[in-house]
Amino acid sequence: MDIFGIPIQALLGQLMLGIVNGSFYAVLSLGLAIIFGVLKIVNFAHGAFFMLGAFTAFLLAQYMGLDYWVTLLVAPLLVAAFGMVFEFLFLRRLYGLDPIYGLLLTFSLVLVLEGGFRVAFGSSGQPFATPEQLRGTINLGFMILPLYRGFVIASALLVCLATWFVIERTSLGASLRAATERSELTQAFGINVPRLITLTYGVGVGLAAFAGVLAAPIFHVNPSMGSSLVIIIFAVVVIGGLGSIMGAIVTGLGLGVVEGFTRVFYSEFSSTIVFLVMVLVLLLRPAGLFGREEG
Amino acid sequence: MPAKHSFKTLALSSALLGLGGFTSAMASEGYSDGVVRIGVLTDMSGIYTDLSGEAAVEAVRMAVEDFGGEVDGVPIEVLHGDHRNRADTGASRAREWYNNDGVDMINDLSNSGVALAVAAVADELQRHAIVNSSSNIGLTNDYCSPFVTHYTYDAYSLAQGTGQSIVEDGGDTWFFLTVDFAFGIGLEEQVSQVVRNAGGQVVGAARHPLDTTDFSSYALQAQASGAEIIGIASTGADAINAINALAEFGVTPDQRPAALLLWYDDIVSLGLETAQGLMLTNAFYWDANDQTREFSQRFYERTGRMPNMAHAGNYSSTMHYLRAVEAAGTDDATAVSEKMRELEINDFFASGGYIRPNGRMVHDQYLWEVKSPEESEYDYDFLRLLATIPGEDAFQPLEESTCHLLNGN
Repeated sequence: MDIFGIPIQALLGQLMLGIVNGSFYAVLSLGLAIIFGVLKIVNFAHGAFFMLGAFTAFLLAQYMGLDYWVTLLVAPLLVAAFGMVFEFLFLRRLYGLDPIYGLLLTFSLVLVLEGGFRVAFGSSGQPFATPEQLRGTINLGFMILPLYRGFVIASALLVCLATWFVIERTSLGASLRAATERSELTQAFGINVPRLITLTYGVGVGLAAFAGVLAAPIFHVNPSMGSSLVIIIFAVVVIGGLGSIMGAIVTGLGLGVVEGFTRVFYSEFSSTIVFLVMVLVLLLRPAGLFGREEG
Repeated sequence: MPAKHSFKTLALSSALLGLGGFTSAMASEGYSDGVVRIGVLTDMSGIYTDLSGEAAVEAVRMAVEDFGGEVDGVPIEVLHGDHRNRADTGASRAREWYNNDGVDMINDLSNSGVALAVAAVADELQRHAIVNSSSNIGLTNDYCSPFVTHYTYDAYSLAQGTGQSIVEDGGDTWFFLTVDFAFGIGLEEQVSQVVRNAGGQVVGAARHPLDTTDFSSYALQAQASGAEIIGIASTGADAINAINALAEFGVTPDQRPAALLLWYDDIVSLGLETAQGLMLTNAFYWDANDQTREFSQRFYERTGRMPNMAHAGNYSSTMHYLRAVEAAGTDDATAVSEKMRELEINDFFASGGYIRPNGRMVHDQYLWEVKSPEESEYDYDFLRLLATIPGEDAFQPLEESTCHLLNGN
């Protein structure tokens, strides 16, 4: 059976790949949405933290001989710690100022990190082996799916849902949301808001690094691996509705699929389609698909 | 008439009186602003940094030092700049260098889009440009110029090398994964032509943007095409990601990837485990003979890496340019251009190399195969020579060139 001259099997295959890519978008845009929601900072360094996650995993594996599964846990924690130090030392000073300052600071961090890694490791990247247990493929009938990609979907969804659950359904999440909306009042209840903010930034950054470790065996570890993604991630967050947690997850997955289909029908357009969707959404629903109109 | 006579006498007597001083004054007079300036315009921060970048600048510096740092007592200066893989940035930098900074020759020129743009500026301002790191054969066809030299390789030589060998080996249905700009499209066209001429068939192509990370959907399209050979018409990080994706999706063993422009550095990046068995056409390999090893060792000591063909080409072409300047006794672009096309190139990079009127440097190309991890005996021992393609076969026959400088065009 064909749809527009493309066999349905090929379309199903692309749907699957779209979900894989969408999983990355979801984890990354989730982190970005959380950071924006709480800190009101446009974290331009998100792609750089993604790259940093992949490189940290690479270095841990290369020089300390750590197992992939250990790096999947340790690398995001290390990068999150780095992010929290960055927030504590620099970012903190910019709260309440024009958002452009936060944007400039995080963008400069991108330049420093990418430049540094390029000098140290070159631009063509480092090989990163797929973990032993996840090599090989499974035949889904309509396509051959590498096991590792299946693992990416599962773990990304799990992490997204867990994050959503913590924010929306636990008391920690409730304090966080309270701090977002009425920070002084929350502090009056004895909650340490600055610490909560640092922690939030750490979680957002950790999510980016986690996506980076997941991506390392697929995309090859190189200094610019984040910069090509970050623009799309911004679009995802804007389409989903700035600061909306569920919006980021659903839109991330959805846009991955849309992009995948575009590759089949008109490949040259695949890097543009996300932005076309963004334009349409902003015209029709300026607050994004899941965002609430302020006012 | 008397005026003419007196001029003759004057010239003769002054020549006789101060022959030595006069000629040495001539020597530096032949050089614009008393310096020979070479600009290395390359990708210092983007996707092609590893292929040329800082190491390309170092290769040119080495050539200048080996030449003695001066021509006819005139010092040689090396500048470098980043084109950021943008044709407009490259062209405006070139214009600035030629017009304001007295640059006589621009070398390297990675990225075909940039190379074509800079070649146009060089032609307009009548200054030299030598292209080592990019492949578009437009440079020696519609956009040829007496001041532009295409030195190391081009899309035609890649097609003749890798493309032809694979077709001869029985791989006659092709699908292309092509990077969507001048370089990729030019390479796809060249290889398609070779495939069709040999009776093969091109069943399709997918075009992707420069610097694509995710090739899975293209891998799937390649798989669905049923083609025996997946021609990868991209290079650097794009080619690496494409090869990885093809390996991951199990495209082999029924289908084989063919990297049409694989650099030595790409193999370092891929690792022998993934890269083994790939064929590549390269004009230079560090471990080919004693001469290449000698150069590469010196290069390694300065840069911490082995040179690839573009680095070697940057060195060799700078040497050739300087020799031509010396022979012409001036840095005047037209005179140097004539000398460059007249002198033969014999060094570790090329033997009996020569530059055709359309700017194509003709020299042997080599088809290599990547060794398996077991076959690799020492550091950087990556390639095995499969065939030598004589320069005359490797490059586009002159009668096919559409260059306006050739008779009949």
